[in-house]
Amino acid sequence: MSLSSFRRCSLAALAVAASSVLPAVAHAEVDFSGKTIEWVIPFSETGGSAKWANFFAPLLSEAMPGNPTVVVKFMPGAGSTKGANWFQKQKHKDGTLLFGSSGSTQFPYLLDDPRVRYEYKDWIQIMATGTGGVAYLNAEDGAKFDGTANNLKDTDFIYGSQGATRLDLVPLLAWKMLGMKVEPVFGIKGRGDGRLMFERGEATIDYQTSSAYLKGSMPLVEEGKAVPMMAFGSVDKDGNIVRDPTFPDMPSFKEVCEATDGCETSGDAWEAWKAFFIAGFSAQKIAHMPGDTPQDVVDTYVDAFNQIAARDDFVKISSNALGKYPLNTGKLAQAEMASAVSVPASAKEFVKNWLQEDYGVSLK
Amino acid sequence: MDTFTSALPALASAWELILQPLVLGYLVLGVLMGLAVGVFPGLGGIAGLSLLLPFMFGMDPVLGLALMIGMVAVVPTSDTFASVLMGIPGSSASQATVLDGFPMAKNGEAARALSAAFASSLFGGLVGAAFLTVFILVARPIVLAFGLPEMLMITLFGLSMVAVLAGRMPLKGLAAAGLGIMIGTIGEADAGGNLRMATYDIPYLTDGLKLVIVGLGIFAIPEIVSLLRQDRSISREASLGAGWMTGVKDWASNIFLSMRCSIIGVVVGVIPGLGGSVVDWIAYGHSVQTTRDKSKFGKGEVRGVIGPESSNNAKEGGGLVPTLLFGIPGSGSMAIFIGAIALLGSGDIEVGPSMLKNNLDITYSIVWLLALANVVGTIVCIAASGGIAKLTTIRFTYLAPFLFMLISFAAFQSGQNFEDLLALCGIGLIGIFLRRFDWSRPAFLIGFVLSNPVEKFSNQAFQISSIRFRKSFGEGMEYLFSPIVIVLIIITVISVVLGIRQAKAIMAEGEMKSGSKRAPLVFLLLVSAYLLVAVIDASRIPNINMTDKIVPLVVGSFSLLCCLILLVKMIRAPEGDSIFADKELGGEDADASHSLWSTLAWFGLLVGLTAVVGFILALVVFLVAFLRVRADASWNKTLLLSVCGIAFMCLMAWALNRDFPPGLLQSYADLPWPLT
Repeated sequence: MSLSSFRRCSLAALAVAASSVLPAVAHAEVDFSGKTIEWVIPFSETGGSAKWANFFAPLLSEAMPGNPTVVVKFMPGAGSTKGANWFQKQKHKDGTLLFGSSGSTQFPYLLDDPRVRYEYKDWIQIMATGTGGVAYLNAEDGAKFDGTANNLKDTDFIYGSQGATRLDLVPLLAWKMLGMKVEPVFGIKGRGDGRLMFERGEATIDYQTSSAYLKGSMPLVEEGKAVPMMAFGSVDKDGNIVRDPTFPDMPSFKEVCEATDGCETSGDAWEAWKAFFIAGFSAQKIAHMPGDTPQDVVDTYVDAFNQIAARDDFVKISSNALGKYPLNTGKLAQAEMASAVSVPASAKEFVKNWLQEDYGVSLK
Repeated sequence: MDTFTSALPALASAWELILQPLVLGYLVLGVLMGLAVGVFPGLGGIAGLSLLLPFMFGMDPVLGLALMIGMVAVVPTSDTFASVLMGIPGSSASQATVLDGFPMAKNGEAARALSAAFASSLFGGLVGAAFLTVFILVARPIVLAFGLPEMLMITLFGLSMVAVLAGRMPLKGLAAAGLGIMIGTIGEADAGGNLRMATYDIPYLTDGLKLVIVGLGIFAIPEIVSLLRQDRSISREASLGAGWMTGVKDWASNIFLSMRCSIIGVVVGVIPGLGGSVVDWIAYGHSVQTTRDKSKFGKGEVRGVIGPESSNNAKEGGGLVPTLLFGIPGSGSMAIFIGAIALLGSGDIEVGPSMLKNNLDITYSIVWLLALANVVGTIVCIAASGGIAKLTTIRFTYLAPFLFMLISFAAFQSGQNFEDLLALCGIGLIGIFLRRFDWSRPAFLIGFVLSNPVEKFSNQAFQISSIRFRKSFGEGMEYLFSPIVIVLIIITVISVVLGIRQAKAIMAEGEMKSGSKRAPLVFLLLVSAYLLVAVIDASRIPNINMTDKIVPLVVGSFSLLCCLILLVKMIRAPEGDSIFADKELGGEDADASHSLWSTLAWFGLLVGLTAVVGFILALVVFLVAFLRVRADASWNKTLLLSVCGIAFMCLMAWALNRDFPPGLLQSYADLPWPLT
């Protein structure tokens, strides 16, 4: 799938697409009455992916022909590689198996983690949702921020991090490219802990995904305790990083990078950042089916998710669970996934070297 | 002051929301479901809440909250049944309860222990709610005052409880705690991702061992095996002497202890990041230290039940503070709770900083629904305790196979790997030998529970303080030694000094005979060998990832040193010295009618068969064989009990939407559920 076919649709466009496509494929629908769809999540009951799947499960049940029961099953272990390895071995039976991957499943795949025995290209993508992220500074250092990182290069920042190979890779690499000295304090259990560390004044820089930023960090900005630095951005239909639609007034990382001395928006570092950003944020959560699933079953699922996205109340009910990012289905989801897992070899090497040199992380 | 004036109307409207027949009905429904789930060891609130999630979508917020809170609130109450009656710690909240609750059941005082526990739970829940009503308004700055050095000190304070629980030989207690910490470091390190005593070829080990498995292995398996060998009922007395009223009276005469432990529960529960795992041990330690006659601890002292049980329900209330005010879940069930709230109604209740401003009435409803659920749950539990306590008079050989069934299922649910069962066997063996040679099992468990917090907080506090020190010496000192830290240091030192003085009086394993050198020496050498290998393994981690190696290196070397001193002492001491304590030489285990290994082999049979034909088929063979051969039951009885057991297992798994461990057979043949 080439990048040119990679499109981001607004919800309205999707709604139109869904309504025009529906009657055309209605004859191909597979009846699911009396069946139970198992949606396997390779994380524990308590994570963000659980929340994501639990949000969609009742909607999916409503939208599928025959209103099957949809249950979310959890298969945590080995940083989600256990569940993904399991899914790799599954064959099509009766079309009742759905698998939900996340950025934490994409990253080990991109970094050639030895535990990875799965191949994204073998799977069929049904649906994908994304998110954005916002980086912010404490009030004191925030005063030195002028749209560039030029005045921030002499400050030692502290950042509460879950680990260099997690989603934190994206902000850490961004700050590194901007020439900032950010020392990660590893071992926190979630971004909420990171924000708490920031609130206590122990960390001086932080990032949150969009919905968490709006809920937890915006109040800090309003109180004058935090200063937003940049939103990572969003990917447009040509694969460029543009401003995040949720934060139209905030510069994207690309803008800040261009304005900062020594930060390049081309070359290995940039390619690597962009690839990991797409894999970790803009195509963060993807629902897959086994590779040998017949097309009519796939179409039925894609239609169901199109119907969900076209609901009148979808924007309202999804804002808490997903944020204001579109839900992509079928071909669009497949294109997103393709761009998320195709990283140039040189960019991959760059990230591996950087992880090894700065954090002593070697995956072998 | 502004916050307080808005609080009263919010409180009033919260009560208006709660006191509706429909809301109360949902609360009771939630409580009953919670009790049913909570009796199952190792599943707890997470399984129950996941079950409710599909119904939360668009539900009226107050009704949904009533249902969920009813369920979450009673889990720490109902898991007391398993802790007291069977010696199985139902969840991390009830591990300390096992220490004195189970001996009371053995003494024929199960009903008394249960009702004392329930009365304490109720009181703890109410104190927690009352405290929270005021505290939640001012909690934010206080919670923010607890930085990493403060959390590290609380963790160390929890660890200092080892001094109280170390047993007759403080060195053995220290080594046991050290071994617990080392077992806790197995797997991928949090900070740099280096592997400790694990390899990517065995992915199971990279995640580390789960608390459920270690809790079951350390406490449940040794007790089940020991009782099974003796072939008697749990209660030594045929009649259950003290009834449930005695238990309530026990609680009433220890009301101040209950009050103090409740406060400990709320306060520790409030601090995000620690969770509830240390609370019950701190409460237990506190109960021991404030009791004049310590000789009965570990043998059935009712204060040892009242303390932890008062704290663990209060803790649930405290845990609401980080959950509601910061949107940071204090526990797994709270994480699901937050997710579920987003599904309620039109999804506009946002957990987090805005909760107090926009939804103070909902916040208060949650606090008081929790208290009400405690009341309902306690009444149901106390009413049931007399009847359920009769389980302790049944010949244990009839109970044991079902307990093996339950703990295997519980262990499997923690990670859904077959390896979970193997880990349970392995940790169970460690538990059996710790018990046999009088190495403090509570010390081991405290070490394990606190292993991750100790490592994490010390690394993080070190990292941040070194950056502060780089700025200036004063800033670093100010960060590390805040007033809270200094107070905690003083409390910890006092607790350790008192603990060491008192520890000798507390014999968690009861009276022990001592004998020949060989068996205790072999065990010591095995422990030392493991520690040595673990230390060498840690030393091979590259220095750039100092965070991943420093704790296993320091703790491992320290424990190894304890073992070396023990070794020297053992070589010098004459045979029969108390250092050679061995349960096989006198007391219950020595008089047992069956040997250790033949009894363990039955459990091994269940696990081994599961590996081949899957859990349910293995269970059929195991139950029938066990009841026929070991229990000598008639065919009718055997078949009836087996069918009941398997039906119960399937019903529970089906209702909770859980799978069973598959075996080799399942990888070749496609079998229908529940055989999958």
